[in-house]
Amino acid sequence: MTKYRIDIRRKHGLADPEGATTARALHDLGYSGVVDVSFGRVIFVDTDDGDASDVAAMCEQLLANPVIEEYAIEVVE
Amino acid sequence: MKAAVVVFPGSNCERDVVHALSTLGVDARTVWHRETSLEGFDGVVIPGGFAHGDYLRTGAIARFSPVMREVERFADEGRPVVGICNGFQVLCEARLLPGALVANRDLRFICRPVDMRVESTGSVLTGEASVGDVLRLPLNSYEGNFVAPAAELERIEAHGQVLLRYCDPDGDVTDEANPNGSSNSIAGIRNESGNVAGLMPHPERASDPVLGSTGGVPLLASLATALVPASA
Repeated sequence: MTKYRIDIRRKHGLADPEGATTARALHDLGYSGVVDVSFGRVIFVDTDDGDASDVAAMCEQLLANPVIEEYAIEVVE
Repeated sequence: MKAAVVVFPGSNCERDVVHALSTLGVDARTVWHRETSLEGFDGVVIPGGFAHGDYLRTGAIARFSPVMREVERFADEGRPVVGICNGFQVLCEARLLPGALVANRDLRFICRPVDMRVESTGSVLTGEASVGDVLRLPLNSYEGNFVAPAAELERIEAHGQVLLRYCDPDGDVTDEANPNGSSNSIAGIRNESGNVAGLMPHPERASDPVLGSTGGVPLLASLATALVPASA
């Protein structure tokens, strides 16, 4: 069995209201050097018979929305 | 005039849509999302709600429900397909409409009437309206913020696919009148051929004076007019 870690992020330049709000809060706390905050999600997929190209297909089809998100796949164990 | 109103686990307002369309003379019926045939229907409405709990992303799971193959077929055949609120999100996830809906700019669930201006009559949702009409409809969403990559947004505008823009009561499109941060104040769009349309506000909740507004009637009446049998 292979465990994949998939990191999904909003594409750069598209609205990320959670990130923008968090960046403002960090500024309020004095972290004036913060330029950008963006949110994403992490999905772990354990599979017996899939390779990285299958996981990429899963991302394109369901796990990510390629219109507004980008993703990175990593084997973790 | 026969319309299917798709029901997913977590849909809402489907009966409101059925009722509102029925008062306009449409034979509207709810259809469970596991259904594999929409034979006999002239068009389909995907109502609001939180289909499949909105897990993963709004509309992401719903777009793979069995009934969606039929919805895609209807879209391909040029028949009316309309998505309201969550239904709009489902149609974007299914790539039947461009762009996507993300969290509102101010990270607040918005539940109030908002004004919007009709931008185009070239769709099954606005054929009976007039450009410049200002409609007041209830908005009821957390993820109603329409976004699209810059090139796609340009295409949407260039092809006149914007149907509705948030505006003030006088019809002026301003940042202050944009409730959720949607790009270009977009409240509703269509596909290139105009038979698939989606909007975030709820026309069925503004379809009778007893509900406090009839702003949704021109939109639902447009859909009723567009629901002609395929053989006609």
